[in-house]
Amino acid sequence: MVPLTVNHYLALSGVLFAIGTAGVFLRRNLITVLLSIEIMLNAVNLTFVAVGRYRGSVDGQIITFFVMTVAAAEAAVGLALIIALFRHRETLSPDAFTALKW
Amino acid sequence: MDVLAFYAFAGIAVIASLLVVGQGNPMHSVMLLIVSFGALAGLYVVLDAPFTAVTQIIVYAGAIMVLFLFVVMLLNVPREEPAPAGVATLLGPTGMRIGAVLSVLLAGELLWALLRIGFGWASRGETAASVSSVALIGSGIFTRHAFAFEATSVLILVAMIGAVVLARREHS
Repeated sequence: MVPLTVNHYLALSGVLFAIGTAGVFLRRNLITVLLSIEIMLNAVNLTFVAVGRYRGSVDGQIITFFVMTVAAAEAAVGLALIIALFRHRETLSPDAFTALKW
Repeated sequence: MDVLAFYAFAGIAVIASLLVVGQGNPMHSVMLLIVSFGALAGLYVVLDAPFTAVTQIIVYAGAIMVLFLFVVMLLNVPREEPAPAGVATLLGPTGMRIGAVLSVLLAGELLWALLRIGFGWASRGETAASVSSVALIGSGIFTRHAFAFEATSVLILVAMIGAVVLARREHS
């Protein structure tokens, strides 16, 4: 069996990122769109940790730590926005929020 | 052993992520995303990053996904509505097909670019002990990355106040 290299992890993270992008493109539900963004953030985290591991540097894990913090803040604000939008329109479809007015 | 673990966790992560995007119920999507994050935590263990693996489970699978579950239950919208007749430009069947093709294209581009980066030093670096130490991560955060750490605390404060202000019920 082929021994593990950093390329395995980079390929996996590329595939996961594309799946997340597909979710943002294709889904019509704001919550699922936010979940897809989380998939993309995790793909990038995997890249950081894998590259850090194979370069013998600890910085990859440190950056992943910061990315997780930013992801938590993003999820909190994004979900608050979704709740506020749902109060106005009673729907989660992105098509309902095409105008910057109410 | 590592190779088997990698392929098992990678398969779980990819399949769970595909199902998150592919099926309609947001509740099931959140649950499947927790499965995907668990598989990624396993991959971090394979990568000699136990601290990141534990943080992944506590922060992502624990805190963030509970927040998502809470909102899914609060809003209680089990499935997506079909597109209204007037605006079915981007999200109709042809639009969906274009989106899928674009995503596959992006996957190809990412694989090409990332694998070109990786080939240069794919065989270098077997210094697992120097990477997996929590003490090294801590000293890195609090010395070289101290400014980023402090900025993060401000960011979290701003996000907290912003979330409270945005989600508050307006008294009119």
